[in-house]
Amino acid sequence: MVTHTQSARAGQRERAGEASGVAERSGPGLGQRLGGFLERSWRPFALLAALFVAWWGVTAAELVEPYLVPSPGNTFDAIAVRPEYFWEHTWTTTYETVLGFVIAIAVGVIAAVAMVQSSTLEKTLYPLLLFAQVIPKIAIAPLFVVWLGFGLGPKILVAVLMAFFPVVISMVTGLKSVDPEMLQLSSTMGAKSGQTFWKIRFPASLPHLFSGLKVAATMAVTGAVVGEFVGADAGLGFVILQANGNLDTPVLFAGLLIMSLLGVLLFVIVEWLEQLLLPWHASRRDEGASTTL
Amino acid sequence: MAGYAVEIDDVTVRFRSKKRDVTALADVTMHVEPGEFVSIVGPSGCGKSTLLKLSSGLLPASKGDVRLFGEPVNGPRKDIGYVFQKAALLEWRSARKNILLQAEMRKMPAKEAAARADELIEMTGLTGFEDALPHELSGGMQQRVALCRALLHRPPVLLMDEPFGALDALTREQMNVELRRIWQETGTTVLLVTHSIAEAVYLSDQVVMISARPGTVAGVVDVNLPVERDYGPTMAEPEFAKATRHIRDHLGAATAAE
Repeated sequence: MVTHTQSARAGQRERAGEASGVAERSGPGLGQRLGGFLERSWRPFALLAALFVAWWGVTAAELVEPYLVPSPGNTFDAIAVRPEYFWEHTWTTTYETVLGFVIAIAVGVIAAVAMVQSSTLEKTLYPLLLFAQVIPKIAIAPLFVVWLGFGLGPKILVAVLMAFFPVVISMVTGLKSVDPEMLQLSSTMGAKSGQTFWKIRFPASLPHLFSGLKVAATMAVTGAVVGEFVGADAGLGFVILQANGNLDTPVLFAGLLIMSLLGVLLFVIVEWLEQLLLPWHASRRDEGASTTL
Repeated sequence: MAGYAVEIDDVTVRFRSKKRDVTALADVTMHVEPGEFVSIVGPSGCGKSTLLKLSSGLLPASKGDVRLFGEPVNGPRKDIGYVFQKAALLEWRSARKNILLQAEMRKMPAKEAAARADELIEMTGLTGFEDALPHELSGGMQQRVALCRALLHRPPVLLMDEPFGALDALTREQMNVELRRIWQETGTTVLLVTHSIAEAVYLSDQVVMISARPGTVAGVVDVNLPVERDYGPTMAEPEFAKATRHIRDHLGAATAAE
């Protein structure tokens, strides 16, 4: 029995040594987290502030004609004068973007799963997907207007087409990146293919999917606006096009500003969802350099 | 339930690819008694891992018969436990939930599985680490989790493919001592593939030597060491030195003859 006690002692020694190596798993407080967030991401905000000051400086010194570059004050005034107008059109674009994004996720994930299940399907679909991706969306958008009219249809369709590709590619990569030994292990456990999919393959692919979703989120905004450019009576694309026609640069700038914020907001929401749904992945990534906010 | 736990009879394995045919194993015969600890040693690429894949049914034999407890192996077997060199843990599951994956896949009764998991966590010294995620654990701890997962369903045969290959030397020795104890406590049959001759001799009743390309059995060494093996003293035994030297000479000769 000497063996037993010796090994038990050895085990304890290793455990004691490792106890400090185990990360604290009780999350930090809100204040701490906010502090950490500010500490990590003050630089982009500082840059943004600097750019804003530069914009203000250029217009205040009247270095360019106000009808070419409006001052920040004029831009915000343009929004303040007609808040309902901007709210309504922002809402339209948001609706198209989010709906297009959600449809792209659903279709993209299903297509990826199907393609990974059947290599015949993959060989058939992949070239077609690539083809759909390389067609300039702005070139086929007018066709969608002809087919679907001036309503929300063509805008959502362009948003879906723009966002779809990164979703499929990242999901296919994710589903294929599963450790083959994990799958062999699963078959020695007598797992059904459904069990293997839900317990191993699908969760393992989620980090890849989310990196695709972040790209797709920004693409969806672009898609919706491109759709609006081609033919619309509502949305931020319509606002910009109309302001352009009237040489109303403050409104044009306001439209651009809101559109950019919309893209950033959607991106941040996806990132927040990732941290919420994949805490194991986020905590692991934090050990390396943090890439985004 | 006759005779041997693992029976490999005159087995040949060929891999066909577009460019060439590779014979991984040629006419290999080996038998493992129930409850025995048998190690397989040999140079890299000699088909050691292929032997384990054969025994588990993950890989079919091109020729010959593989039997587990007298039953022919066709297709993946459920009555084994498998441990790889990589721990192959699910990153999003805690240590305990990784161990219980075995139970979920097999649809074992939850109560029984939980009790067995507690028992194994205690046995492998994982107590206090049940809720840690894999990336929070050291290599040795991860491998303990993989071992618990492999033993959860009390498999009559445990297959281990260089389980300690990625660990540092000290952790590896410690794991050897623990594996020996766990084997004695569970009484399961173990088939271990390793590169370490010392590890093979310390742990095993029998060491099977495989020569490379194509893999054939170069010889079998019975280890005549007592059942109770303290690590240091065992290493110093003349029988230990004799066995390791024999294997070293044999494998060295087999490689030189190539």
